[in-house]
Amino acid sequence: MRPVLALREVTKHYPEHPPDQMAVDGISFQVDPATLFALLGPSGCGKTTTLRLIAGLDSPTAGHILLHDEDITTQPPYRRNVSTVFQSYALFPHMTVRENIAFGMHRKRMDGIEKRSRDMIDLLHLNGLEDRRPSQLSGGEKQRVALARSLVLQPDVLLLDEPLAALDPNLRAQVRDELKSLQRRVGIAFVMVTHDKEEALAMADTIALMKGGRLEQAGSPFDVYVRPRTRFAASFLGAVNWIGDVGIRPEAVRVSASRPQVDRTVHLGQVQRTTFLGDRVQLIARMENDAALTVQLARTDCDFEPGQQVHLWWQASDELRLPG
Amino acid sequence: MRNARFWFLAPARLVALCLLAAPLVIVAAYSLLTRGVYGGQSRPLTLESYSRLADLLYFGIALKSLLIALAATLICLVLAFPLALFIARSGRRRNWYLHLVMLPFWTSFLVRTYAWMFLLRDTGLINTILAGVGAIAEPLPLLYNDGAVVLGLVYGYLPFMVLPIYATLERMDTALEEAAADLGARPWVALATVTLPLTRPGMIAGSVLVFIPSLGAYLTPDLLGGGKSTLIGNVIQQQFTSARDWPFGSAISLVLMMLVLAAVTWLLRRQKGEFS
Repeated sequence: MRPVLALREVTKHYPEHPPDQMAVDGISFQVDPATLFALLGPSGCGKTTTLRLIAGLDSPTAGHILLHDEDITTQPPYRRNVSTVFQSYALFPHMTVRENIAFGMHRKRMDGIEKRSRDMIDLLHLNGLEDRRPSQLSGGEKQRVALARSLVLQPDVLLLDEPLAALDPNLRAQVRDELKSLQRRVGIAFVMVTHDKEEALAMADTIALMKGGRLEQAGSPFDVYVRPRTRFAASFLGAVNWIGDVGIRPEAVRVSASRPQVDRTVHLGQVQRTTFLGDRVQLIARMENDAALTVQLARTDCDFEPGQQVHLWWQASDELRLPG
Repeated sequence: MRNARFWFLAPARLVALCLLAAPLVIVAAYSLLTRGVYGGQSRPLTLESYSRLADLLYFGIALKSLLIALAATLICLVLAFPLALFIARSGRRRNWYLHLVMLPFWTSFLVRTYAWMFLLRDTGLINTILAGVGAIAEPLPLLYNDGAVVLGLVYGYLPFMVLPIYATLERMDTALEEAAADLGARPWVALATVTLPLTRPGMIAGSVLVFIPSLGAYLTPDLLGGGKSTLIGNVIQQQFTSARDWPFGSAISLVLMMLVLAAVTWLLRRQKGEFS
């Protein structure tokens, strides 16, 4: 399958930064058609800069950006067939919803503007809001207008900058699922920037984990979570207990009161405290070598008391062998 | 609680009363009096000052004042938008440029207007240089005409247009222009369809700030227009000085103020209805 978007050794250096500090440092990856690609990383890792380079809002210092095998590195944003949903949505406040949606089509001299607008308004459930101004919309409605305004141009790639960050926390899980199913329905490749690992794990087909302007690891959510290649990747995607060079995730640790019949190394420990988290319980056990081990259990699996002696073990396949 | 509010607001009320309401009442009272034989004013109360305003002469002067103030406002608009845009996009040097815009305020307006006279008069800098390089044989008539008055007004009130437009541009989310480019708008199209319409509140505020003092200006037309360019401001000034007709001067002032007030209220109402 030919990728719809490819970055080759893309580097961005801002002149106001020290010469050795790259915002994006020789990054390469490709995005397959009709997939959801997440750029994940802590703030300042270069993920938003990467998105802006793809959109053409910034130009790279070195490297190439290819859209359908065509080099678009030097193309201005208004020529690229990619579209961005900004974090603030950036809806035009002096235009109605209808005018916002039609803006791009007018600029690109598309035909059938009326019909395309109506289809988008139906797709994103904006019926009845056509004549409102952005100031009269809720956060979720603004986001749907921003999506409609971009998707109606049928871009090769839709870029989303922290699409859930500006939304009410109670709304996020719902919008996450809606965005994912929207992506499936329109069949356009989405490239999404996020700092939230759960968002990336739940939505993406491919996660590209970034750190310090570099690509740390790329792969399916399962792959990156279960087979992280670095300690940073392992820790960023979820909690890890480090025992020497071996990492073990809290939910992979098994606990029992009596000695289990397994041919695995079984560690002895003492329950230090348990924290009730609703659906699950976090248990901290002090091991014989005095190291603390965090364990995560389903609420129904936990009937341990502080001070109790427990046996702890895990599957060899759950061990993350990553020298520190 | 209500009592506390009354006393805390009292100083502001007092200032408004003494400096705004009282002078207005005095002017209104004067406008109803009769001009005294040796200047001054006395009873009986009369509306004569207002009926004299119906004279075609004053209508002509008012119309001319209106046109000159409109011209000054329009020219300020055209000059100020690119200037404000330039300053808003100048990154770190922004504050430096803003100070330059406000620098003229450090000198008296009168002195600056005299400086223009030195530049524009027949033996002034511009004519001397043009004659020196042989570009003209006769000095150009740059001073003492309506053009010079408009020039002086534009020069004097340009900062009042630049600053509100700059403030609107400064507050604008930069992502809006990026979104326009992202949706296919070339830079000029983005400027015309997004930046310019969103600057309207600043333009309207600036226009009000330039138009009102331009309409009532008397110093600039007096010095740069010479005797040939009498505007409504000069007429008012003359009533209070050489003509010694305070009732008539008060009447013109009040009518002018009411007209401007009505126009500005209408403009701001319209503006308010549009963005909400």
